[in-house]
Amino acid sequence: MRVVIAEDLFLLRDGLVRLLREHGFEVDAVDNGPALLDLLLNNPPTVAVVDVRLPPSFTDDGLRAALAARRCHPGLPILLLSQYVEQLYARELLADGAGAIGYLLKDRVSDAEQFLDAVRRVAGGGTVLDPEVITRLLRRNDARGTVSALTERERDVLLLMAEGRSNAAIAAQLNVSDSAVTKHIASIFNKLDLAPSTDDNRRVLAVLAYLNR
Amino acid sequence: MNDILAPARTGWPARLAAPGRGVLLVGLALAESVLACVVAASAMLIPLGIGLYLFPPSMAGLTGLAERARRYAGQWSGVAVSPGRTRPAVPAGLLGRARWCWRTLTDREFWYEYRWSLADPIVGALIAGTPFSLVVYGIFGALVQPFVWRPIDQAGGSNWYTMVHVNTGPRALLAVPIGVAVTVLGFYCGPWLLRVHARLTRALLSPDRTEELTRRVEQLVDTRAAAVDSSAAELRRIERDLHDGAQARLVAMGMSLSNAERLIERDPETARALVAEVRQSSSKALQELRDLVRGIHPPVLADRGLPDAVRALALDGPLDVEIDARLAHRLPAPLESAAYFAVSELLANTAKHSEADRAAVDIALRNGLLYIRVRDDGCGGADLSRGTGLRGVERRLAAFDGTLRVDSPAGGPTVIELAIPCGS
Repeated sequence: MRVVIAEDLFLLRDGLVRLLREHGFEVDAVDNGPALLDLLLNNPPTVAVVDVRLPPSFTDDGLRAALAARRCHPGLPILLLSQYVEQLYARELLADGAGAIGYLLKDRVSDAEQFLDAVRRVAGGGTVLDPEVITRLLRRNDARGTVSALTERERDVLLLMAEGRSNAAIAAQLNVSDSAVTKHIASIFNKLDLAPSTDDNRRVLAVLAYLNR
Repeated sequence: MNDILAPARTGWPARLAAPGRGVLLVGLALAESVLACVVAASAMLIPLGIGLYLFPPSMAGLTGLAERARRYAGQWSGVAVSPGRTRPAVPAGLLGRARWCWRTLTDREFWYEYRWSLADPIVGALIAGTPFSLVVYGIFGALVQPFVWRPIDQAGGSNWYTMVHVNTGPRALLAVPIGVAVTVLGFYCGPWLLRVHARLTRALLSPDRTEELTRRVEQLVDTRAAAVDSSAAELRRIERDLHDGAQARLVAMGMSLSNAERLIERDPETARALVAEVRQSSSKALQELRDLVRGIHPPVLADRGLPDAVRALALDGPLDVEIDARLAHRLPAPLESAAYFAVSELLANTAKHSEADRAAVDIALRNGLLYIRVRDDGCGGADLSRGTGLRGVERRLAAFDGTLRVDSPAGGPTVIELAIPCGS
């Protein structure tokens, strides 16, 4: 599996390259927006791990390169890393509805297992959003009263679902049975009036679309 | 009444209105001369104590008339007279009143108004009364002369109209075209004479250049002090947040790590738990730093500028906010930041107090001004004089010479408009 890493901070880039190589990935690294865009367009990797803020302008060059690349190669798997998660950027990334998107805080890299898992899931077409994105989405929806029907447990399930976890992973994390998770998910979809879906990725996108209304 | 008060400034509507407007100004001048006497008398009575109670209301009356003259000059002739400074309210108590009177009497503003109230009834009334006099005199010549010359002449009177000695029928008929001409002249020169009057008002009521600059300097000193204060307070807050937050956490992390180092051989289990704890701490420290930076300079503002930053702001709030923002270029960074935090405060206010569920933000650049309008469909009743939030926004905008206007009747809707010069 070939991964492109776009990160301008040497220490972080070096750490990521080493971590991914150790786990058998083939890695290309770049440190600026134009080089990233060039690589993504002309030699698309299996998945790209991209810092939102990159040279030359040190604004959202990474994000813009990622969005431009996905316009040419729809569904090109991209995992964005950032010091901040922004609802606006999450929306822009999800707007094409193709999935294969990850958007995580840089802190999450410190848990190597989870990070590698996220890279693999995005590469496989999954959607992995930082819990922070979902927490803020839920807070907004709380204020509007659109998710007041959900129980505490259902919210936990929703959070993990949006992180792109499978039913089994959610069950393990919450210490409940698989069938309990299935029941919670059915209940969430019922309460939010969404058509149920067994496809992990499709159901995440449906829930996000609902919360983003 | 309505016709002559309507702000027609050109063409026949203005000409027809001018004589009536002139009469209003003459009436105003009469009131001025009366009030000028009252003000002078009550000022002289101040040493006796009665003046302390008579002077403030008579002064308020005179200032009211001056305000009215300023308004007429602007409405009828398009002559902008700079508004007077608002006087502070009269304090309670004898000493407070005495101090107020002293301050008013030593204020240049008072002397501008007083000089106006003496000169305007003489020079101003003469100018303003002319159109009406001409019109009336003209009508007298054209309509009345043909009928009244004979009785006057028979009674032995000497009857002149302009330069014509009217004592025969043909001469009385000659008075008719002259009368018509004088009437037309009265209407024709009316707007011009009113403009002369407006300029006189401006000359009498406006501060001179030095006074204007003095005021500007006073205002700049105020806004600069406020800007320095608020940035100092901001730095103190940041220092405190770092000290109590991230810094403290890093110290604790260092201690935990050195404990883990010590225990790693003897008690690997505890060491592992300590390391896990350190990782959690690091993530909390990062979270705190993120929140801190967001409060100083939001990432989307830095990345994309004001319109997208406001969009991002709307996505984080509970309201449905419709945003219409088009800027051809990025604004200067300090202005961008001030505008962003102003909108942020206004939307937070809306969410907290207005019971609205929809809001709209419009952002546009026009004539070198950045206009921002925030509307909501809530319950209204926002008041600059009560809400400390709005005051704060106004104070921060003042450093940019920006202004804030609130229109929020009870029952809503609320519209708040900001205008900030941006020199481009």
